[in-house]
Amino acid sequence: MTNSTQTILYPEIIELIEECLTKDHPESYLICILHKLQERHGYLTQEHMYEVAQRLQVPASVVSGVSTFYHFFRLKPRGRYAISICLGTACFVKGADKILEAFRKELGIDMGETTKDGLFSLENTRCLGVCGLAPVVTINNKVHSRVTPQQVPDLLSRTLAEEPGR
Amino acid sequence: MPLILDKKTSNLYSQVITICSVATPQYAEQDHWAEVLEQRLKTRGIPEGTIRVFSGGSLGLYSQEKTSAGMGMIVFPKKTVYIFSTEAELDAIIQTHFIEDKVHEPNLAHMDPLIERFISLYGDVAFFNKQTRLTLRNSGIIDPEDLGDYIVNDGFEALAQTLEHNDPSRVIETINRSGLRGRGGGGYPTGRKWQDAITSADPVRYVICNADEGDPGAYMDRSTLEGDPFSIIHGMIIGAFAVGAHQGFLYIRAEYPLAIKRVEIAIAKCRAAGLLGKNILDSGFDFDLDIRLGAGAFVCGEETALMYSIEGKRGQPRLRPPYPTQSGLWGHPTVINNVETWSNVPVIIRHGAEWFSHLGTEKSKGTKVFALAGKVRNSGLVEVPMGTTLKEIIFDIGGGVAEGRTLKAVQTGGPSGGCIPAELIDTPVDYDSLAQVGSIMGSGGMIVLDDQDCMVATAKFFLEFTQDESCGKCVPCREGTLRMLEILERITQGQGQMEDLDKLERLGRLIQKTSLCGLGQTAPNPVLSALKNFREEFIIHIQEKRCPSHKCSQLIRYEIDPQKCTGCTLCARRCPVSCISGTPRQPHVINQERCIKCGECYLVCKFEAVDKK
Amino acid sequence: MKTINLIIDETPVKVPERTTIMQAAETLGIHIPRLCYHPDLSLEGACRICIVEVDGARNYQTSCSTQVREGMQVRTNSPDIRQARRDLIELILDNHPKECQTCERDGQCELQDLAYSLGVRERLFEGRRKQYPIEDSSLSVIRDSEKCILCQRCVRVCSQIQGVHNLTQMHRGFNTVVTPAFEAPLMESVCINCGQCINVCPTAAFLEKRSTDEVWAALADPAKHVVVQIAPSIRAAIGEGFGLPPGTPATGQTVTALRRLGFDTVFDTNFGADLTILEEAHEFMQRLEKNERLPLLTSCSPGWVKFLEHFYPELIPHASSCRSPMTMLSVLTKTYYAEKQSLNPENIYVVGVMPCTAKKFEAQRPEHYMENQIPYTDAVLTTRELVWMIKAYGLDFTRLSAGDFDHPMGVSSGAGDIFGTTGGVMEAALRTAVAKLTGKALTDLNLTQVRATEGIREAALEVNGKVLNVAVANGLNNAKIILEKVKSGEKTFHMIELMACPGGCIGGGGQPYPPDGHFVLDPEILKLRASALYAIDQGKKLRQSHENPYILKLYDEYLKHPGSELARRLLHTSYSPRYPKGIK
Ligand SMILES: Cc1cc2nc3c(=O)[nH]c(=O)nc-3n(C[C@H](O)[C@H](O)[C@H](O)COP(=O)(O)O)c2cc1C
Ligand code: SF4
Ligand code: SF4
Ligand code: SF4
Ligand code: SF4
Ligand code: SF4
Ligand code: SF4
Ligand code: SF4
Ligand code: SF4
Ligand code: FES
Ligand code: FES
Ligand code: FES
Repeated sequence: MTNSTQTILYPEIIELIEECLTKDHPESYLICILHKLQERHGYLTQEHMYEVAQRLQVPASVVSGVSTFYHFFRLKPRGRYAISICLGTACFVKGADKILEAFRKELGIDMGETTKDGLFSLENTRCLGVCGLAPVVTINNKVHSRVTPQQVPDLLSRTLAEEPGR
Repeated sequence: MPLILDKKTSNLYSQVITICSVATPQYAEQDHWAEVLEQRLKTRGIPEGTIRVFSGGSLGLYSQEKTSAGMGMIVFPKKTVYIFSTEAELDAIIQTHFIEDKVHEPNLAHMDPLIERFISLYGDVAFFNKQTRLTLRNSGIIDPEDLGDYIVNDGFEALAQTLEHNDPSRVIETINRSGLRGRGGGGYPTGRKWQDAITSADPVRYVICNADEGDPGAYMDRSTLEGDPFSIIHGMIIGAFAVGAHQGFLYIRAEYPLAIKRVEIAIAKCRAAGLLGKNILDSGFDFDLDIRLGAGAFVCGEETALMYSIEGKRGQPRLRPPYPTQSGLWGHPTVINNVETWSNVPVIIRHGAEWFSHLGTEKSKGTKVFALAGKVRNSGLVEVPMGTTLKEIIFDIGGGVAEGRTLKAVQTGGPSGGCIPAELIDTPVDYDSLAQVGSIMGSGGMIVLDDQDCMVATAKFFLEFTQDESCGKCVPCREGTLRMLEILERITQGQGQMEDLDKLERLGRLIQKTSLCGLGQTAPNPVLSALKNFREEFIIHIQEKRCPSHKCSQLIRYEIDPQKCTGCTLCARRCPVSCISGTPRQPHVINQERCIKCGECYLVCKFEAVDKK
Repeated sequence: MKTINLIIDETPVKVPERTTIMQAAETLGIHIPRLCYHPDLSLEGACRICIVEVDGARNYQTSCSTQVREGMQVRTNSPDIRQARRDLIELILDNHPKECQTCERDGQCELQDLAYSLGVRERLFEGRRKQYPIEDSSLSVIRDSEKCILCQRCVRVCSQIQGVHNLTQMHRGFNTVVTPAFEAPLMESVCINCGQCINVCPTAAFLEKRSTDEVWAALADPAKHVVVQIAPSIRAAIGEGFGLPPGTPATGQTVTALRRLGFDTVFDTNFGADLTILEEAHEFMQRLEKNERLPLLTSCSPGWVKFLEHFYPELIPHASSCRSPMTMLSVLTKTYYAEKQSLNPENIYVVGVMPCTAKKFEAQRPEHYMENQIPYTDAVLTTRELVWMIKAYGLDFTRLSAGDFDHPMGVSSGAGDIFGTTGGVMEAALRTAVAKLTGKALTDLNLTQVRATEGIREAALEVNGKVLNVAVANGLNNAKIILEKVKSGEKTFHMIELMACPGGCIGGGGQPYPPDGHFVLDPEILKLRASALYAIDQGKKLRQSHENPYILKLYDEYLKHPGSELARRLLHTSYSPRYPKGIK
């Protein structure tokens, strides 16, 4: 809950909201605004969303309902390396569930969680459109194709060694 | 060497190179590589203006068995296909192909039947003829960020024609006669939908392009959005004119950043060219387009949910009627069509209803794009005339089942569809035939399953998806799909009972008949169709506690073959629960009670002494 | 309007077009079961219980939403439909605690009733169940999400009727849960405590915060002098809790029941209402004279007052500074009455019986505490809680004889009685204000033009050649409409009566659940409750607050005159903005 009218939103987001308020159906831009906010901040905080609600004049309950309905919105910070496992049909058929299991075991976290050291987050996507390379895993958008469960530990250590992270 | 004519600039090129995006989702890289390539060609002394390079949309091909992630390029006119991922590789290709004029073998992609067919269908056609081209007519062939390229290749001729006649009813009538049906899954006649919208007296109307493409194994719409955005916009302007809409929306899933970027550019270019905005092409007709992004909810592909999402709300479907054509966005009549549907419109207007209805079957006209994947030799996008058989698609185009295995079933329609058993492989793909065999056309996902795939696990996979994507509004879908999933979980863990099969059917029928929206109404389909066609497999899981395809890990039994075991102790050292015992150089034994079926022993044994049963 | 012919369960029916199948079936006396439907709220279509078979349709159709068509053939009770309904209820129960016997709504629960009447007698699909802690931060309303069946009636009432938009669904699918924004505790939300969510909830997912334990304890404590007061609207509604037809006045029985329960003194909140009128009329005339802070906004509804603080803080100066009738009476009980009876106020325990959950919050507001940090009102019981206490005691309410309130704060004018219904405060205030302004009483005391049965009313009245513009609104969405007019300057009013609950307190969040054959907030029930109050008013000789002899005596003996120094200290208060801020 915010008990004040203090501004904590980024100026460019405030500007965006102001612009939306001049258009028809300003409240319909809520999702767009949340997208921009997530892009800017990495994830959505309650404090930010309370302010969005006030400025856009949309009930905070609506903002909370919307932000938790859509899985694209993150309400928690992400790890330095976002590991995204494709759980599309083709990848499943080629054993994506085993890959997921391997990551779970290796990292000790579940889907949607981040390791305690803040390094890795486990996420999923549904079909990247490269089904021929299934099963596919992306780590910070770098694509790894035809992954096997055995490769998982190596993949993680290589990532740590080679990738700068976000 | 023949020269290639760029119809826009009238330049002649000796070779044309397209860089493709689909082999890697590193979308941004496509442009980057195009630039690098141009740069390299120049530094290698190849005269400017002899080779044209552009980043096309996705061709949706080579996902062949052997290739790995990387960029793809096709060099015309010889249609040589290379895959590369480093600059060194690119340099090598330039050296051999462009300087030495030889084929650069190390990066050569196999010219398999799929590519062959694709290029013969689109590549050749696009570059050398003016033949009929449909949904994928421009993808990968034209520069999707270049309005001029589109105009030269396809043009806004259909729009010009439409505005010239200035007769909306004529457009609707043409679409009606063409027999075009919605490509988003439902197959509702497009002309009739437009007709419905204009019966309302409300003068404020909207058109929407449904580019949410949520089926977890499909990316047909993405290829058009990325490769040919102008054709969608073109279709929407014509549609808007026909139904009297002045504002349209493209609802694109946020997971498609390149598609979003391409459509943004295309809209801006159309606006600048007077193809969108006030007084389009001096006709007095006003129409503009906006993009709205999805945010990771499959159910938002459902039309009423999609409209709520555009309105900035939770994407939960609502009761129909009223249908969107009566009361849609903000209560006004709204026409929603799929990407593929829209992009078919200009072609139909341009070439006529008869020409279009010539393709396909009696009740399903035109072509359909499928995303062919799974255990097939060549996966990728396939566009075929309606009525082509599954067999033709899988064997003639897809090159047959991968690794020489045997076909077990084909899954179409994604989470709303069903599994068609191998015996029915001669089924033609059209709306009605697929429905007859217990599946649906859906949006175009087509997954090939072989004898190593477990039907119980596959059914469970789809149900897991719909259960996860259920919006939670209505009881049968919210509660019922979880109960079905729990039953399937039990069965795959060897705790199923025979009466569970009846429960699955009872729940499945209830969910189908009482759910509020299409998601729930079709969620049980994969399970019910598997139960119908592969009941035996369920029974084996339940009664014999065995998964014939060794897919359900809880039902697998690992055993050490004493004949083959050398007693190397490796497995015993690797077993996470230390349940393998034995003295060195003597056969080892697995304690079945304690084994957690992790499969480690099976993988590590160098002597193939561990059996999976 | 066109007439449509259709066949329901083999019986031909004629109904106007746009009728739903559910309504058409009702004309045949067929009550189709339902859970998410409510006639005053938008269609949701969530529960699917109301399904019927329609010839030609592939799937079952929901009768709450499907309109009739010419020649339609409908079956409301085929074996398949009955089975499907049973299965749907079972699916709900599979995700519901098995706690009927210990549940507050046992015996008065729509879900339980349906499970019984549809014949759910087996459990087939049990599995995972949602788990949430009970949320009891609020002083008025508690939330038990495990019992929520996601019918969305509360979400809709809170936004569509109350305009508060406090509730929403969060997350989705099986994890969907109804909560305030960001799962904030109710106490930290914009909730105005009106309790309408409790009213409309078909299960025990929303309940009032129970105060019966404290009250039983006080009654059992010999050191405590327990004083009870009952709000105007209680007498018109409490009978329903004992099976009496809606609209049966039961003032006397209630008084007797309270005495039997052991209350030492039984006062009437109506007395506080009369007093409020005198103070408020005085305040009104002063503002009118100086032409300042008009319109005057009434402030006896704590739901409305909290709404004002969250949503219209800029209008706080317009609110009447009068405390509510309940609080005025509690204050006087612990001051005036205590002095008269030589009681130590600390030994007096004041209980309000209210139609209202928000009163529980009001009683705990620091503004309404004595200097020694004890609240003036110690406990508030809703009508439902009192009904339960009477039943728990074993009293046969319908056979009790009528008792009388205690003096001095048990006598009231009819103006006090009508406080319980929409427009009542306005009517009562005008009766007194006009008399004071013109020196003579209104020729007709029945000011029907301010009885806002449809939710919102504007009226003009000529007084001394001057036009007084007044408005009345109940349900806060209606309040918004009027207040926006005020803010935009579209209309100038002199006084506005605002009540949080639909129909006023007779539709309060603590009133009995509706009897069989009625739905909650059924306009028919509200009408009957209101007419009971109007009948009481009509039947009284004393119908104007300023004529109440005990009020006059109170001023004489103690307060001196309306607006006096002591009156200001004891009977008035002030409000300030609250966070989070509401959205208009
Ligand atoms: C759960 C669900 C998901 C859907 N997803 C999509 C989708 O991703 N894309 C699409 O075009 N249609 C989708 N549809 C179908 C749409 O509701 C709608 O019928 C379609 O967009 C209409 O366009 P068409 O007539 O051109 O097919 C979906 C339907 C349901 C029930
Ligand atoms: S069927 Fe499922 S997705 Fe559709 S409204 Fe019901 S709960 Fe939501
Ligand atoms: S499957 Fe895993 S747990 Fe079982 S014996 Fe092999 S290594 Fe051990
Ligand atoms: S790893 Fe293979 S060979 Fe070695 S002990 Fe185990 S089963 Fe025997
Ligand atoms: S809410 Fe109703 S069904 Fe649920 S436990 Fe209470 S009485 Fe039983
Ligand atoms: S209703 Fe049945 S379960 Fe409940 S208390 Fe009575 S006998 Fe027991
Ligand atoms: S008490 Fe009133 S304001 Fe609070 S949540 Fe319930 S309905 Fe909304
Ligand atoms: S709390 Fe009650 S009214 Fe609200 S959704 Fe749940 S069951 Fe329905
Ligand atoms: S209208 Fe009456 S019952 Fe409702 S909140 Fe106000 S005082 Fe309470
Ligand atoms: S299913 Fe994983 S890329 Fe298509
Ligand atoms: S990347 Fe070029 S065809 Fe797929
Ligand atoms: S009452 Fe009709 S769906 Fe709930």
